[in-house]
Amino acid sequence: MIIMHDIIKTYITGQVTFQALRGINLHIKKGEFVAIVGPSGSGKSTLMNIAGCLDIPTRGSYLLDGKQVSAFNSNQLAEIRNKKVGFVFQAFNLLPYATAYENVEVPLLFAGVNRRKRKERITRLLGQVGLAEKAANKPTEMSGGEMQRVAIARALANEPDIILADEPTGNLDSKSGQQIVNIFHELWKMGKTVLIITHDSNIAGRVERIIQLKDGQIENSHSPAAV
Amino acid sequence: MLPLITIKQFLNDLRRQKLRSLLTMFGIFWGSCAIVLLFAFSKGLGDAQLKSSKGMGDNICIFWPGLTSKEYKGLSKGRRIWPTEEDIELLKNTAVTIGRISPEFRRWSQFIKYNKSLTRSPVIGVWPEFGLMRNLIPDIGSRFINNIDQTERRRVVFIGNILKNDLFGSESAVGKQILINDVPFTVIGVMKEKKQDSSYGGRDSRIAYIPSSTFRNMYSTRYLSNFVTQAAADFTMEDTKQEIYNIMGKKYQFDPTDTQALGTWDTTEMFTFLKNFFLAFNYFLVGIGITTLITGAIGVSNIMNVVLEERTKEIGIKMALGAKKSMILSQFILETFLVTGIGGILGFLFAWLIITLIPYMNLEEYIGVPQINLQVGFLVTVLLGMVGFLAGIFPARRAANLQPVQALKLF
Repeated sequence: MIIMHDIIKTYITGQVTFQALRGINLHIKKGEFVAIVGPSGSGKSTLMNIAGCLDIPTRGSYLLDGKQVSAFNSNQLAEIRNKKVGFVFQAFNLLPYATAYENVEVPLLFAGVNRRKRKERITRLLGQVGLAEKAANKPTEMSGGEMQRVAIARALANEPDIILADEPTGNLDSKSGQQIVNIFHELWKMGKTVLIITHDSNIAGRVERIIQLKDGQIENSHSPAAV
Repeated sequence: MLPLITIKQFLNDLRRQKLRSLLTMFGIFWGSCAIVLLFAFSKGLGDAQLKSSKGMGDNICIFWPGLTSKEYKGLSKGRRIWPTEEDIELLKNTAVTIGRISPEFRRWSQFIKYNKSLTRSPVIGVWPEFGLMRNLIPDIGSRFINNIDQTERRRVVFIGNILKNDLFGSESAVGKQILINDVPFTVIGVMKEKKQDSSYGGRDSRIAYIPSSTFRNMYSTRYLSNFVTQAAADFTMEDTKQEIYNIMGKKYQFDPTDTQALGTWDTTEMFTFLKNFFLAFNYFLVGIGITTLITGAIGVSNIMNVVLEERTKEIGIKMALGAKKSMILSQFILETFLVTGIGGILGFLFAWLIITLIPYMNLEEYIGVPQINLQVGFLVTVLLGMVGFLAGIFPARRAANLQPVQALKLF
């Protein structure tokens, strides 16, 4: 469960101050499937980064499963990123020199999972995203859709409750995009909380709720039927 | 933590930054190689130097007749003090600080003849102890002058190895008769070849040694050319010199503090000097070594900074996947250890190779035999460890203190 209260994020670059989020109040229930939409610069990614503990808010409170994340130290935040949240990026962000198998292995290594269990889980996850036979391939030997599926398998490695995806289909063709959307849909059905930033109306049509951002504030929050 | 992935990443960096990584490793390689070589050569040189300076004798002091330079008990200065063999006996019997002592009578350029070979060499008359003090080691089947030779005034001679070659060539000399100024002598020994870098009466290898009693008989002389002494165990050469000045001063009526009355050459001073010199030289080398390695460290630190710039995104990815600060930190430090370690080991091996090959180059006479010093190996290892750590820690801390979002450049 994600509860944000009056979240403000300000970036200061030299003399320039930029307020990316201006008081976000947000409540996402466990098992919800939510899309965040809005024009670029509206603060979608910043909101997502804070939700995924990749960044810390300048002000405000962020409760994740009842725990005040704003008060956590860097190790506790790392722990959340490792176990509670799975992040999927637009640019995939795979380690270029590592195989698909090794990329999925990274979060498991950080979590200290033993070798046998790692192997078991990686094989299952790669199978789940339909890449069992590409385990030994490096990112350069895969298509965009395949890379994104590896990234999803990686995000799921430590079985997190929450999946955060920042424009996961933004760099993909429509067919691959469709596959990815299907996977997220599956995950939601399995009981995961899924939060997706998207411009893709195809995704937005399949979620439970759409949150619209503008100028760092939530403009409105509604179900897709209302669009 | 991530052994395989870290090593893969490291190799990947090496590939991407081939030249820079190689140059950095070369810096460390050269640093450790230079330190090991410098110390090995310094040790070889020092040992060779000490060995050849001991060729003349081990901690000996040589005394010469002199002139008094101080007035003493109503006597004027400028008197000649010329010791005799009786004085040496007196010193031997009374001085407690003397370990060994021997008079030395000398005649330069005497005719020495064997069959048709004729040569000219110094002949000196000495006591049996002389051989021990001056490291005149008899070759196989040989002996030096002994006490019976001395008391019976035997006409026996111990010859230097070059003199032996001049007279006998490859023929054996022991037991043969030679003529010294037409007086027949039996050769009892030949000196084993040795290194000698200093002398006061010609090289030992060209000298003929006979008992002092025989010498006095033959040349009808009382006065010594000089005498040689070694301090007794538990005493320093300073003690011995002082006691000799005291005893001689009493007998010849000169001031015991008048060091001009008898000239001396204390070789222990030279050893002390050599020892100190090589000690100072080693400190100097440590300094050079450390500076070389620091230069290498700057190189490693520099490349790690470049690697950091290039890898910021990867660090971000790892942080996003749950890497803690300590993991990022240890990964960077591990990498610097790998760079310094590989460079260091290669440097050490290269130095070892050079040191192993040197003895085959016949340069021993000039540079001695370089030896790898285990302590230096240890020192280099510790230094390289420190270098690796220092070079790694700063970029690593910079990397670990990034927020994941900054590292990913997502905002």
